[in-house]
Amino acid sequence: MAIKVLKPGLATTVQDLGRPGYYHIGIPLSGGMDRHALAAANLLVGNEEGAAVLEAVFMGPELEFTDDALVAVTGAELPPKLDGAPRETWSSFKVKRGQKLSFDFLKQGARAYIAVSGGIDVPVVLGSRSTYALGALGGFRGRKLEAGDALPVGASSASVKEGRTIAKDLRGLPAGIPTELRAMPGLYWHRITEQAGNGFFSDTWKVAPEADRIGYRFKGGKPLEFVPREPPFGAGSDPSNITDACYPYGSIQVPGGTEPIVLHRDAVSGGGYFMVGTVIAADMDLIGQLQPNTPVRFVTVGMDEALAARHDRAGLLAKLRSSLA
Amino acid sequence: MQTRFSFGGDEHIFAEVDESMSLEAFFKSLFITNAVRDAKIKGVTEICPANASYQVKFDPDQIKPDDLLTELKRLDRAAEKSEPVIKTRIFEIPVLYNDPWTHETLMRFRERHQDPNCTDIEYAARINNLDGIDGFIKAHSSAPWFVSMVGFVAGLPFLYQMVERQRQIQAPKYLRPRTDTPKLTVGHGGCFGCIYSVRGAGGYQMFGITPMPIYDPSQKISYLRDFMCLFRPGDIVKWKPIDRAAYDAAVVDVDAGRFAPVIRDVSFSLTEFNRDIDAYNRKLEGVLHGH
Repeated sequence: MAIKVLKPGLATTVQDLGRPGYYHIGIPLSGGMDRHALAAANLLVGNEEGAAVLEAVFMGPELEFTDDALVAVTGAELPPKLDGAPRETWSSFKVKRGQKLSFDFLKQGARAYIAVSGGIDVPVVLGSRSTYALGALGGFRGRKLEAGDALPVGASSASVKEGRTIAKDLRGLPAGIPTELRAMPGLYWHRITEQAGNGFFSDTWKVAPEADRIGYRFKGGKPLEFVPREPPFGAGSDPSNITDACYPYGSIQVPGGTEPIVLHRDAVSGGGYFMVGTVIAADMDLIGQLQPNTPVRFVTVGMDEALAARHDRAGLLAKLRSSLA
Repeated sequence: MQTRFSFGGDEHIFAEVDESMSLEAFFKSLFITNAVRDAKIKGVTEICPANASYQVKFDPDQIKPDDLLTELKRLDRAAEKSEPVIKTRIFEIPVLYNDPWTHETLMRFRERHQDPNCTDIEYAARINNLDGIDGFIKAHSSAPWFVSMVGFVAGLPFLYQMVERQRQIQAPKYLRPRTDTPKLTVGHGGCFGCIYSVRGAGGYQMFGITPMPIYDPSQKISYLRDFMCLFRPGDIVKWKPIDRAAYDAAVVDVDAGRFAPVIRDVSFSLTEFNRDIDAYNRKLEGVLHGH
């Protein structure tokens, strides 16, 4: 079976849980930016948690099904419509052959995950079906969807009922204004003054328009003041430059000391900007659901708190699993 | 050199071997990352060497962050004692310097450059006290370069010239990054050279272009069938200046699947290299040309 793409949406890509193992040659993990929502969508339709789905950002695609399927939409509040009739998000529903799936305007969040029973069956490249658009790798022909594409869908093994839903408290979405992102100071933290470091964590930042799968840029906080230095050979003359180094996922670089950028799943693997620290793994999903202009605060945490948060996040997915079992 | 360690969140350990770039710092990061790979530590998922630093990604559900840190510190101390010799590969990469495609692009972004009244190669020649374009090409292509890091985007090599620090070409990045760079541009920023593996944004000075693809996700290029990225950290590159006719012929050969890059296995000793750099580089060139 296949899904015909009538309208592609803004930047809809095929994603699964990613492609580890190639970061040392510049090929990033990729995969869903909100992995919790991606897993939830798959579980609702009876797929493996890491099956390939569609990630739609800000705006949904319009799709025509050539066969019957079970579908679920999770993540952002991007209400699905089946032949024009509304369907619930975070809930599985049947689609009949020939029916059209479209979407209403975005109500909340940023990225919706559209899972289809059987999973999107594009070729596995280096162990994953995820799209890495910058490298024209994986996904559907290495790029975002276009009108006229025909997406292959795998055979559905499981037979699960339609109408199963995921409770609100198991969805793991950002809550509270401003959104709090927990981060561990480190990496090149010593490059900025103590006052600048305090300001970074006490200021309220806003998501800038330049926010995509590579990274999220933030603006509105005070510029960071640097500790004076003699530029090391190879680093470059700007105080925010370093000898080009690796960038961790979630690392917070601040070019010129003005606008922090948090690298995400399609991260550039390295470069010459200093970093003040790293957003903890448990909060990376939240970033994927932030719209431009959303107020954000970075909250300083240590390793113990990061590991506790990681444990909590894994616990949430475990609860979600058992709620569907 | 005292390696500085830092946690990058709960999934990475970042290690800065030295603040400054040097072959010694690069070798140490390459040695340690090789040792980490060989140690097959449970829970380690990515091992990334960089110019003068490295990074290890891990799953803290499988190994405690402090335990991994202890292990890396042990490997770091062991690397100090090891003889700086590697078995690697040397590549000859043809370059059409001062080519029409990077020229068209650099003219489009002239207002973002330090010197809008000359080209990137003329500017780099002047600030490095080299004798015009020809003098620059000679300085750029006469000694080999180490692939000191692969990344930024898929398969992009950072290159570090194998000459004394005072002879190294240095050039600042553009004042504001370009939104476009031709694929396979030979670029330079700070003390690092690079080859842009894909078309896209970039801030490095642009000196020329190679006809030889270095990244092919479709794996149709004959020499990229085994793996889609050509370079690994530790590889050695020697530029070969070519003219337009040779460039066009190479493009035809690549498209026809008969382009055979010159690649040789070689052993490199940092100690011997430092003893007489020019003599050692001549020896490397000899390996490339089979004598």
